[in-house]
Amino acid sequence: MITIDSLTKRYGAQLAVSDVSFSCTPGTVTGFLGPNGAGKSTTLRALVGLATPTSGTATIGGRAYRDLPNAGRQVGVLLDAGAQHAGRTGREVLTLAALVLGVDQERVDEVLGRVGLAGKPAGKRVGNYSLGMKQRLGLAAALLGDPQVLVLDEPANGLDPDGIFWMRGLLRGFADRGGTVLLSSHLLREVEAVADQLVVIAGGRIVAQGSKQELLGGRGTVVRGPDRVVLERALRTAGIAVAPGEGDGLVADADPLAVGQAVAAAGAVLTELRPAGGEGLEELFRSLTHADGSQQVQEVAA
Amino acid sequence: MTTTTAPEAPAVRTPAISPPSLLQLTRVELRKSYDTRAGRWLLIVIGLAALGVVALELFVEDAPKTFADYFAFTQLPVGILLPVLGILLVTSEWSQRTAMTTFALVPRRSRVLTAKVMAAALLAVGGVLAAAAASALATVLTPVFTDSAMDWGLSAAQAAQVLLVQLISVLAGVAFGMLLLSSPLAIVLYFVLPTAFTILVNTVSALDWVRDWLDLSTTTMPMYEGDLDGQGWLQVATSVALWLALPMVLGWLRIRRAEIA
Repeated sequence: MITIDSLTKRYGAQLAVSDVSFSCTPGTVTGFLGPNGAGKSTTLRALVGLATPTSGTATIGGRAYRDLPNAGRQVGVLLDAGAQHAGRTGREVLTLAALVLGVDQERVDEVLGRVGLAGKPAGKRVGNYSLGMKQRLGLAAALLGDPQVLVLDEPANGLDPDGIFWMRGLLRGFADRGGTVLLSSHLLREVEAVADQLVVIAGGRIVAQGSKQELLGGRGTVVRGPDRVVLERALRTAGIAVAPGEGDGLVADADPLAVGQAVAAAGAVLTELRPAGGEGLEELFRSLTHADGSQQVQEVAA
Repeated sequence: MTTTTAPEAPAVRTPAISPPSLLQLTRVELRKSYDTRAGRWLLIVIGLAALGVVALELFVEDAPKTFADYFAFTQLPVGILLPVLGILLVTSEWSQRTAMTTFALVPRRSRVLTAKVMAAALLAVGGVLAAAAASALATVLTPVFTDSAMDWGLSAAQAAQVLLVQLISVLAGVAFGMLLLSSPLAIVLYFVLPTAFTILVNTVSALDWVRDWLDLSTTTMPMYEGDLDGQGWLQVATSVALWLALPMVLGWLRIRRAEIA
């Protein structure tokens, strides 16, 4: 259980994180989303004791990270895959961590295998690793102490599509076994496939948070056909409210089955029929990543 | 719902997890000093330098040929190179950005720093032992290559004081590393500052008292022969306070408060 309560971090006059509160429960994956520089990393650093909050608290299982008896056995942390000594081999990096955690060498081999670095790659110096391999090594280090909580900052950076798919499966499995996962990303698409809960941060403030269904499951159904007027009439006849959608599409306020039945009853033709999904958050998210996004954020959040 | 794979227990298991002991952490820090190519070579060079120095002394005719002389002489390269190891023990965490990993694993930073100090002290002991081994080798070879006989005499005072002076120099390196958190800056300043200080206090006669009480190379000079006396100990203490204790305290506070990024 991760609980972040009214966390604020100020650097001189600059407010990096302002009054951020959210929690992550066991068995779930939380996607911490926001454009670069939004305050994601600062929040995560404060959570694991690398930065001291100006005010507010961040706890894991009710205790401050610094008060955990053996932090690495309880929380797996990957904040920056590049933060490894270039002259050490992958296996040596994990061996050092294993000595601190008090786990044996077999466990090192086990996690190396689990992240796909067993054998030759484990003996290579980290300086010769690709970013993707560094991420895998960082994930191996996070998993080494068999923790119940994972805190990962942009773990998908540098991974190829295969790697991203693999990591999703790994995190999903971890959460399904009762673990708590908090991972950050600046790409919505990267986390929406695995996250149960989303927390969106921009300009140091939380602008949206909730379950994936709440945030991404847009209401209604997108309908498209060769003749928009015919479609619209068919739907209205069936008592379904219609709003103009993107391009020549329509958004009907009903589920796809009801929409399909209404259209069939009218003998109209369809070229597209799908649940409206995530456009709201996607739109919000895109506006955040633009330079003058902050203005729009407040409008959306208000 | 299956109960075997989805524990309802709170996310953090508190029992049966003990914090890493200081011994464990010291082992880790010690291992960090030799598990990279740079660290390993530095250790090898220290050993080779000790051997080179005794070889030089062995074959230079006028040089004294006792174990005690070899031992005193080998401290020079060891004393120059060991502090670099001490500096890197701290600064490489920042230059290689491993501090993030280190302090995320052990959030109580003072424990890590204590382990680094202990590892540095062990390296100093190791350096003195390597110097002793090189000196012993030279002593054994003395009758083979020269007209002198073997002379194993070494006073307890000399052994103890040489060890102490190496401890001081390696820990001063650690202190400079802690204060500056940058390998090049710490290494350069570690050598330049005290040297400039020594030159300054030796050329300006009005600064004689400064030299006698605060110049580490002057105050520790008698220790290589084991000749430190009553007032000498006080003078070593005051100069150690300036070059070791002060930067270490400031650096320690800095690291405790710093944001690690």
